[in-house]
Amino acid sequence: MPQGLQVQPEQPVRNVKSPLAIAIGEFWKSYRKNKPAIVGTVIVLFFILLAVFADFIAPQGINDQNIGHKLLPPSAAHWFGTDDFGRDIFSRILFGARLSLRVGFLSVIGSIIVGTLLGTVAGYFGKILDVVISRIFDILLAFPSILLSIAIVAILGPSLNNALVAIAIVNVPVFGRLVRSRVLTVKEEEYVMAARSIGMGDARIIFQHVLPNSVAPIIVQGTLNIATAILDAAGLGFLGMGAQAPLPEWGKMLSDSREYIQTAPWTVLFPGLAIVLVVVGFNLIGDGLRDALDPRMKN
Amino acid sequence: MFHYTIKRLLMLIPVLLGMTLIVFAIIHAIPGNPALTILGTKATPEAIHSLNRSLGLDNPWYVQYFSYLKGILTGNLGTSIQTNSPIASEIWPHLAATIELSFVAMIFAVFVGINAGIISAWKQNSFLDYTAMILALIGVSMPVFWLGLLEQWGFSIKLQWLPSIGRDDIRNSVDPITNLYLIDTLLRGRLDQFWMVLRHLILPAIALATIPTAIIARMTRSSMLEVLKSDYIRTAKAKGQRMIWIVYKYALKNAFIPILTVIGLQTGLLLGGAILTETIFGWPGVGLYIYNAIQYRDYPVIQSGILVIAFIFVMVNFIVDLLYGLFDPRIKYR
Repeated sequence: MPQGLQVQPEQPVRNVKSPLAIAIGEFWKSYRKNKPAIVGTVIVLFFILLAVFADFIAPQGINDQNIGHKLLPPSAAHWFGTDDFGRDIFSRILFGARLSLRVGFLSVIGSIIVGTLLGTVAGYFGKILDVVISRIFDILLAFPSILLSIAIVAILGPSLNNALVAIAIVNVPVFGRLVRSRVLTVKEEEYVMAARSIGMGDARIIFQHVLPNSVAPIIVQGTLNIATAILDAAGLGFLGMGAQAPLPEWGKMLSDSREYIQTAPWTVLFPGLAIVLVVVGFNLIGDGLRDALDPRMKN
Repeated sequence: MFHYTIKRLLMLIPVLLGMTLIVFAIIHAIPGNPALTILGTKATPEAIHSLNRSLGLDNPWYVQYFSYLKGILTGNLGTSIQTNSPIASEIWPHLAATIELSFVAMIFAVFVGINAGIISAWKQNSFLDYTAMILALIGVSMPVFWLGLLEQWGFSIKLQWLPSIGRDDIRNSVDPITNLYLIDTLLRGRLDQFWMVLRHLILPAIALATIPTAIIARMTRSSMLEVLKSDYIRTAKAKGQRMIWIVYKYALKNAFIPILTVIGLQTGLLLGGAILTETIFGWPGVGLYIYNAIQYRDYPVIQSGILVIAFIFVMVNFIVDLLYGLFDPRIKYR
């Protein structure tokens, strides 16, 4: 007889796991076997730590100028060299991690909140609301995302926060459509009909049955979107439509130092490497989450 | 097929109208008075008032929108504040430059991406597969503008193999006919110039193609893996068909639908990425046109540039939709 089946009635049943805990356990078992995903997790955690403790790690402040030390190559004193104002590039990249991660997380959270709201309303209530919301999504998706962000920043004025808002708006339809299609499927399930037949209200049905079923794809898409949001923010910064001087945003750092590429290539090399590395990290996590949470999408 | 085409064309109308409405709204949401932007800060109130009236800016918004829409339908894209000339005539050379660059980039992305994906799927879990997929991962994570800068540094400055700026040499410039320089140089029988134009295209096209190449490679791999598991492929193998034949003839055809979708979607990314690539390589396309307009706050140009690119994107996806049937006879058009 297997041990798990031995019942000892005199002892109260303890450690009964909730369904959520079981789900998380299952997820972790599958996720931790995925080596690329673990590599991605380590990369992202590393950048988060750098961002959080930037004040303690950075050898210099982000705006400590020293004209006598300008455009110095990498050395023990300046790991990644210095820029045209003599500022320490390593320190600036550390603080830049804060900006990029903030844009990545906040813009995606914003898109998820608005997209889920609109997608749920469209999918659950249908009819004219669905037609209107879905058409708006279609139209927004008809614009290449960076162009739409540029247009929105043109209205709001160039700044890192406005770039964040623009990127969030541009990504709303991505989540909106995703949630809408999940809601349409779940709405027809028997347990939802059962819930409705015992008189459960719309709000309770949505929060207890419909939305929990959309969480997994939202998390997967959200992680992958953090990667593109960071790239887009850097692109906007590069075009002068995002972070403004003297903020150490990575894209802005690249555009500021592009004229020194011939004499001081490190000024261009390291901010770009930072972008690639953190974006690779989020992409790896996103792929790993997809494999673990959404087996249908697995190869 | 004919009915389906008509139906899809009709479905485009609300999307296209919505796009014009959004672009129109953007310009009107921008703080500040356009007349003031045109006339400068020292303009008198009377001058602003009369310019407002001549621009139709004193009308209610819906009247302005319909006159804007009427303008677009008659080919009037507005007037550039910076050059004071009509955008519709100014934009074509830029558009041609962007189309040429995007087209070459797309060919590169499709050719390299599909082949890399096929080899990865065919030799699954081999060293080749891992290498291709790691490169593809880095490719999708690469900021286009950074790659462009590195290319310029490596291939133009250090190795001096390829030019880093523009579409042609200033001292040997192409005499445009269609403004698609690869075609123009051939039409004029200038093979030397054709070669020069091609050399100018290589670096920006590769930079622009990176992300689409990587995405197409990943998509091809996963859809090929699925097809290669199917019964008819096993049958073909059992019959002793050569693998290369099976992969390229039978499997690719069935794996092509999802790849085609991705190619359609990537066009938008290409056109959007063009603004970054063109800025770096001084490529005189719509992207650079919009970028310069941003610097000068030339809103009519930003507006029309974005509209034209979005229009092309929508049309490409429309064509991709129609192409599905060619590759998969199971898809019936209704």
